Amino acid sequence: MAIVRVIPCLLLRGRGLVKTRKFKDSVYLGDPVNAVHIFNEKEVDELILLDIDASREGREPDYEIVAEIAGECFMPIAYGGGIKTLDQVRKLIRCGVEKIVINSAATESTEVIRAAADLFGSQAVVGAIDVKKTLLYGYKAFAKSGTVEVKMKLEDHVGSLLTAGVGEIFINSIDRDGVMMGYDLQLIRHVANMVSVPVVACGGAGTVEHLKQAVEEGGATAVAAGSMFVFHGKLRGILINYPQDLRLER
Amino acid sequence: MIAIIDYSIGNLASVANMFKHLGVECEITSDFETIGRADKIVLPGNGAFDACMQGLRSSGLIPLLEERVLHEKIPLLGICVGAQMLGHSSAEGSEPGLGWIDMKIKRLPSLTYLRIPHMGWCEVKRSAPTHPLLQDLDDDARFYFVHSYYMEPASLQDVLLTANYGLNFAAAVCVKNMIGVQFHPEKSHRFGKQLLKQFSRGV
Repeated sequence: MAIVRVIPCLLLRGRGLVKTRKFKDSVYLGDPVNAVHIFNEKEVDELILLDIDASREGREPDYEIVAEIAGECFMPIAYGGGIKTLDQVRKLIRCGVEKIVINSAATESTEVIRAAADLFGSQAVVGAIDVKKTLLYGYKAFAKSGTVEVKMKLEDHVGSLLTAGVGEIFINSIDRDGVMMGYDLQLIRHVANMVSVPVVACGGAGTVEHLKQAVEEGGATAVAAGSMFVFHGKLRGILINYPQDLRLER
Repeated sequence: MIAIIDYSIGNLASVANMFKHLGVECEITSDFETIGRADKIVLPGNGAFDACMQGLRSSGLIPLLEERVLHEKIPLLGICVGAQMLGHSSAEGSEPGLGWIDMKIKRLPSLTYLRIPHMGWCEVKRSAPTHPLLQDLDDDARFYFVHSYYMEPASLQDVLLTANYGLNFAAAVCVKNMIGVQFHPEKSHRFGKQLLKQFSRGV
């Protein structure tokens, strides 16, 4: 048996944290460093920090804020958003992040993944895929925060990430984002069956039961969630939280 | 002062952050003079074994580290690949290790229900309960692991902590003044703090 990682996924917009629904309607949550302090206290397993505007705006990561956030983390942290070159990866690792997350860049070329995995090891490189279910074509990957459809078939896209050397796949459902009704288990199982590296499920978690489903029915290695760890109650009041004494195994 | 050896590999900021948080003086350094006057040494390591060994070798620091660790016997803490490098060799690559601890580095078994790399939290069991490094460690201690290879010391007596991922493996080893941990104490919340604090106090 292995302990399943339960990972808060934090979205960065400018210098603030936000939470979206279906990649839209972003709600401002507060200061990221404050949130990290609370997650430290709660001893969360790991954090994922995603700058949701960087790739869409074609700009670099904000190293200053990444370093500020990573410097407060006593747990592993992955950063994604706007990464295109090995030099950027190097800077981010120096900022104190353990892993970098590549999404949009990989839809054009997997060279940065290959170079980063060679230099820092595949465990430091996460391949992220945002997926929407389409009526005619089934699951399709999208880049740039869900705004640009990826031409490649999802299966081929996953394959190219693996060949390039990612140590982990982060699979996020755009349809379920912020909905808190449960993961897209079919999607997770589909991807988990395709790969032998760890698979992190994201999109849709609202309860501990959902987390369990992602592992037991979806075959996820780790589970990530946004809303569940930042909202409280039906009115979605902002409250940073994390289930205490939760222990998922697989 | 604790010298965190900088040979251009991986994430050193995290280790320094943790020591700073504990109020322990440390420096990320590749400077001969600084390493020469350090009380203790941390040897980090991330990524591929060969890349780490090549990086360390080309830094030119190995003779100085040998002098400080093997002859002057100041405490050394190797982390992850930094711990693996203390062994003779690794199944991951062809570069020889430092060979300071009699151990080999092997690949974790491929089992259908466990994915590799082993990435995540794992509880540890004490093999040497009275060792000072473990003095303040909680009984339910768990640590963050990221690895595909594990340390196999020739002597079971060199094992401090064990963990299980498809098989029982050495999570921490200790030979005289040298300690190697497979996990990342700098990213393991209070358990990592407890361990690094004990290391800084002297083991």
